[in-house]
Amino acid sequence: MLLEYYLILSALLFTIGVIGVLVRRNAIIIFMCIELMLNAANLAFVAISRNLGETTGQVFVFFVMAVAAAEVAIGLAIIVSVFKHRQTINVDEINSLKG
Amino acid sequence: MNAEQILFILFGAVSLIGAVSVISFRHPIYSALSLVVTFFAQAGLFILLGAHFVAAVQVIVYAGAIMVLFLFVIMLLNLGTLSAKGAIGPKVKGFAVILGILLAIEGIYIALNSANDTTVAAAESATGTTTTYDIGKLLFSEYLLPFEVTSLILLAALIGVIVLVKRESQEEN
Repeated sequence: MLLEYYLILSALLFTIGVIGVLVRRNAIIIFMCIELMLNAANLAFVAISRNLGETTGQVFVFFVMAVAAAEVAIGLAIIVSVFKHRQTINVDEINSLKG
Repeated sequence: MNAEQILFILFGAVSLIGAVSVISFRHPIYSALSLVVTFFAQAGLFILLGAHFVAAVQVIVYAGAIMVLFLFVIMLLNLGTLSAKGAIGPKVKGFAVILGILLAIEGIYIALNSANDTTVAAAESATGTTTTYDIGKLLFSEYLLPFEVTSLILLAALIGVIVLVKRESQEEN
């Protein structure tokens, strides 16, 4: 299987994640779209690592997954505490820092 | 068309459909379940690429741990009633889709170009599978320091989560 197809699929998945972040206003769905983008990057890592005949790309996927797990835990904790204070997770209504 | 190409098209189509469903469903629970479908399809793609360890970790960490966390928070906050009013205008949506199409064109262009570069760089394209032994050997020799830093990141996340969601207990003291 050619590398190009995997990279194009990865680019499409990343784009869908970006569109989701732009279109949706629900903070949890925005987080899911960030996970989609991280996964697209993982797919590109593994595809290129296979193409070069190296294992290094898969080690980086391992690190990306660890960072994603930490990021999700922190992000969801922030969402829960914002919801406790404001009773909403719509990112348009959470604008206390707006100048 | 051999079996690998058929499986690639199958898994790729499923992951793309799942990804589109994530951003188009109104209720967050349906989005989360579509994301699980996408993760499983990507695990299939990793197996096709010979990365069995990464596929297993994908299912365990992403489809298991992370999605349980998402579903738990969605159910804890009971978000189904709130999400209806969070819609944005069609003008903004159209603009976002146009920007997304531009980004997709750029991504495909880069993918085609870099694929040509790397196939030139790799004289013989390896087709073997990577075992957990290979990854572990690399992780504990060449990438030992990043591996240790990963544990620090997880510790920081653990402490951060506890601090963030801790009940304010000033009244009780």
